[in-house]
Amino acid sequence: MSRSGTVDTALIVADRVTVAYGAEPVIVDVDLTVEPGDMIGIVGPSGSGKTTLLKALLGGIAPRSGAVTRRADLSVGFVPQVERIDWNFPVTVAECVGMARAKGLRTPWISRRERGEIDAVLDRLGLNGLGSRHIRNLSGGQQQRVFLARALFTGAEVIFLDEPTSGLDVKTRHEVLHLLADLNAEGVTVVLSTHDLNGIATHLPTIVCLNRTVIGAGAPEDVLVPEVLEQTYGSPMQILEHGGMRVVVDAGPNASVLPFQREVGA
Amino acid sequence: MSWSELTAPYAFEFFRNGVYVATLAGALCGLVGCYVVLRNMSYIGHGLSHAIFGGYAAAGLIGVNLFLGAGVWGVVTALAIGGIVRRRPIGSDAAIGVVTTASFALGIALVSRYGSPGRSADSLLFGNVLGVTASDVWLVGAVSLVAVVFIFFAYRPLLFTTFDDEVAQATGVRTTLIDTLLMIVLSATVLATMNVMGVTLIAATLVVPAVVARMLTDSFSTMLVIATVLGAISGFIGMNLSYHHDLPSGSTIVLVGTAFFLLAYVAGGRLRRRAGTVAHAH
Repeated sequence: MSRSGTVDTALIVADRVTVAYGAEPVIVDVDLTVEPGDMIGIVGPSGSGKTTLLKALLGGIAPRSGAVTRRADLSVGFVPQVERIDWNFPVTVAECVGMARAKGLRTPWISRRERGEIDAVLDRLGLNGLGSRHIRNLSGGQQQRVFLARALFTGAEVIFLDEPTSGLDVKTRHEVLHLLADLNAEGVTVVLSTHDLNGIATHLPTIVCLNRTVIGAGAPEDVLVPEVLEQTYGSPMQILEHGGMRVVVDAGPNASVLPFQREVGA
Repeated sequence: MSWSELTAPYAFEFFRNGVYVATLAGALCGLVGCYVVLRNMSYIGHGLSHAIFGGYAAAGLIGVNLFLGAGVWGVVTALAIGGIVRRRPIGSDAAIGVVTTASFALGIALVSRYGSPGRSADSLLFGNVLGVTASDVWLVGAVSLVAVVFIFFAYRPLLFTTFDDEVAQATGVRTTLIDTLLMIVLSATVLATMNVMGVTLIAATLVVPAVVARMLTDSFSTMLVIATVLGAISGFIGMNLSYHHDLPSGSTIVLVGTAFFLLAYVAGGRLRRRAGTVAHAH
């Protein structure tokens, strides 16, 4: 990952990209290059433009100015926030994965060959035997993995994930993170957005701090520094070392919040 | 009632045509209705049928082929609703309310002032088996064929767009084209079934079989099959009941569908309670 690169080797290059919904720009002059094998976390506060940047990189939103260049034959997958999924939609795990191969003329039913491929991708993600189950009847981690499986089924070289650990407990969050690291080690390029600095971002090899524009980008030790974080989040932050890991803590004047206490004798 | 009494109306060509159309139309509405229900567009099915009534009346007035005029009007109405929602801060329900009721009101005004083109206003509004001709059978058959071919070849992009429009678009599915084609098929479905069902009841035939099917299965492909079969059965039984009890065909078909809904609702509740008991026991 670099903030400026060439299309020759890069998978995706965002060059001074500005995206706006209406008059107000959401992201401004963003430069970002996604190289093969990257694992990038885009961090920033709510409303900083993380999801918008993901969609611009995917090609789902046209920039108002600047350009996003993708390698011509690049195959991408997108894993949405689980909060956005309609869990009452009548779709089984196999149907959910199979719908992703939607381009060109295809039969409605999943062919025997595709069934084998779906079983293989479900096996790979630890979802074997769950193909006929409704997506609602899965644990939080399994639900997240179904949408990863859908992205992988298309043969995606780059997978974008929007807040992949949102709403998950600590154990499941670690499972998802390890799974993404394994996929990355197998050659899948991963770009994700997250607001979870300590749970996710500090574990990633590359971080992009975003607040409408790129404040800092690089390895955690270069980016997770008080100056960059304060500029990104608009509040002073401190970095602690704990067991060889960097831990980000709020250092603002309101950082220490006392618990509510019942008045004695009230 | 004896078998000969039951089969007596089949001696009449108009009744046979009515049964063919009602069965086909029920199946067609059941199939297309799955997409309408899952896209939370139940109200647009209702609104579109009303809007098409306006187009039907206007086409008669200016001397254009009634079905062509009404069909084009329906598609334009659907696209206008989408355009208004995209360009103004108005919810789709409000946009549908404004555009389709305005079109319906225009239709009522034109029919009142200049008379109904082709068929009586009552049969257009409430459906009439006596008005069904062989050409209606061919029309519903042709629209059904087009709908089945469209859904067969666009099954996966349709499912992807219906389930998750944003991700489908982001990963290269031509969602605008899929949405537009679905609206054209929906408009053609409403138009073709208007004579039997009547404008005011078409929405129910689109929605009820799909809702019943949704209550019976968690699989999309199974839902399509159940809704299609249920729509056809409702149409067939409804047409026969309407003849023997001298009731309007549209309302009888809808009431049969509603009976299926009540059965599925009660059966679904019992199944859930039983499943809950089994799960609790484990």
